[in-house]
Amino acid sequence: MNIGELLKVSWKSLVSNKLRSLLTMLGVIIGVAAVIVMIAVSAGTEATISEAINGLGTNLVFISGTVTRGGPGQGPQNQQGGLVYDDMTAIRERTSGVAGVTVDQQSSVTIKYGDVTLEDVSVVGTTPDYPTVRDVQVETGRFFTDKEQERTTKVVVLGSGIAEELFGEADPIGQSINVNTTKLTVIGVLAPKGLVSGTDFDEQIYTPISVVFKKFTPSMFSRIMGDRVRQIIVSVDENANMDEVVQQISILLANRHEVSLDSPDFSIRTQADIIETQESTTSSFRTLLAWVAGVSLVVGGIGIMNIMLVSVTERTREIGLRQAIGATPGDIQVQFLSEALMLSLLGGVLGILAGVGGSYLFGSLSDMRTVIEPFSIALSFTSAAFIGIFFGYIPAQKAAQLDPIVALRHE
Amino acid sequence: MDGSPLIIETLALKKVYGSGDSQVNALDGIDIKISAGEFVAIMGPSGSGKSTLLNILACMDRPTDGQYILAGEDVSGYSRKELAFIRGRQLGFVFQSYNLLPRLTALDNVMLPMMYQRENRVHADQRREIAMEVLASVGLTDRAHHLPNQLSGGQQQRVAIARALINHPLLILADEPTGNLDTRSSHEIMDLLHTLHASGRTIVMVTHEPDIAHYTERIILIRDGRLASDQKNGRPALAGARSRVEMEGRAE
Repeated sequence: MNIGELLKVSWKSLVSNKLRSLLTMLGVIIGVAAVIVMIAVSAGTEATISEAINGLGTNLVFISGTVTRGGPGQGPQNQQGGLVYDDMTAIRERTSGVAGVTVDQQSSVTIKYGDVTLEDVSVVGTTPDYPTVRDVQVETGRFFTDKEQERTTKVVVLGSGIAEELFGEADPIGQSINVNTTKLTVIGVLAPKGLVSGTDFDEQIYTPISVVFKKFTPSMFSRIMGDRVRQIIVSVDENANMDEVVQQISILLANRHEVSLDSPDFSIRTQADIIETQESTTSSFRTLLAWVAGVSLVVGGIGIMNIMLVSVTERTREIGLRQAIGATPGDIQVQFLSEALMLSLLGGVLGILAGVGGSYLFGSLSDMRTVIEPFSIALSFTSAAFIGIFFGYIPAQKAAQLDPIVALRHE
Repeated sequence: MDGSPLIIETLALKKVYGSGDSQVNALDGIDIKISAGEFVAIMGPSGSGKSTLLNILACMDRPTDGQYILAGEDVSGYSRKELAFIRGRQLGFVFQSYNLLPRLTALDNVMLPMMYQRENRVHADQRREIAMEVLASVGLTDRAHHLPNQLSGGQQQRVAIARALINHPLLILADEPTGNLDTRSSHEIMDLLHTLHASGRTIVMVTHEPDIAHYTERIILIRDGRLASDQKNGRPALAGARSRVEMEGRAE
């Protein structure tokens, strides 16, 4: 028998039992689809993370306050921990290896310009270092200056999305917008940056932090919180040692806040920490999928073996006849192997289609990104082939070892 | 016997099943010679060993002892693979229960043995033609594309005979070829075998029906694993057939 004949014979045998063949392939289909989805999710996560790395700016250290005091019934709790504006100044002045420091204090406001009202917009109170540290560009106009920061000048820089919603095509520079009850003058618009690890830079507005302290912190909090800030962001000099800088900052802040390093009222996260957190959330998911894929490939293989064994029994007379008219044990073995292989490869192809489709579906239905990797298709196709040969071997061997006389008498 | 080349020669052929006390001598030293062009019936009561003999002659079983020489080739010690080659190249089989593959048409069933040919392979297009010719020679041109279950028993057995002929075998072995057929179909099949014999084929047939055996020219009777008798079966048509066989035999 040549290859063409062999494939034709195998194909006929599978087609004559369509439903059974399809059900047999199901395990392989699920396994292969799972392999592809799994790799697509991993690749998507990696892409997201690497974009996050680029988007965060380089070598960032995020310092946030943590809840340290305040018991039950003591009024508004100190949610911001111990970070104050002066901590930023101290870090800038007394730490080596720091390229830039900025703060980030947010408040939710309502913006009005003309007929347009935008509610629940984040106003980010920050410092002139912000564009450098967070790696954002000013597209038109300029960012505010140290002088404006010191004098609490009522200026604002708009995220590109906000600018478009308020002004459309018109030039926003020099216009005044109402933010809550305060009038701010637009001095610049940022270039689009998009969503980076949960923050949409385009949908925020940026003012000197002094303006936020004065105008956008609810008065009942302002007495307690003073010039407290949510987050200090340090950009580390690229030649400096990240760990050393983190160490210096920890000691500095612990001294300033008079807390021990063992129970600080602030937490420091580097970019690496953030990436690690993101990775660990997806890695358990990936492990789960890898198991699902592996188990269903094996189950699929056992299904193929099962059906092939049934098929050998059912077709015992056919095997006897083929042997009688000249088929060698090898011919019989190859025929049944080829059927098993065809089942698994067909299952593989359907699984690839299901996996690619599933990855797109998964990507659009969940917030995880999926990227189809060509090598995952090759990998799953190869494993399907391997499954077919591995689990087809025993039935094929059984068929080949049938005695033609016994096989021909089989009822 | 008469100058025709020997197709089958067995020397003290023995087949033993089991061992020790439960040992059964299915064949207990059989010596037969069958020449090219002969039409031989092997008869015997059930359990006589005639099926065992046929299985060995068909190269589907190996003798425990003794020799089986098929067309000058001692195949007694051949491996399963070598025996498969011999079956595909030299032998054609007709079974009691036809053994057609149910999902293949008559034509495809006839073509089946050509798939397992190792030498003188015929191109797929030509196979169809050859198979059609053979089907025509058994009178089934109009049934070529029918499935076995759409054919009568007699027609199915004709397809099986066509399948046995497709590779131009040296020897045709038939195991109770009329066992599943009514009287009329049985005689049609025997007429067909007789025609084949008349055109020079060598045919060995196992049967237990005397009137079927009557179609042959020689009857070998087996009893208790031994040759009980070996007689010429005087039928008039034989002389003519024999002379044609001799001519063909020499041409080869």
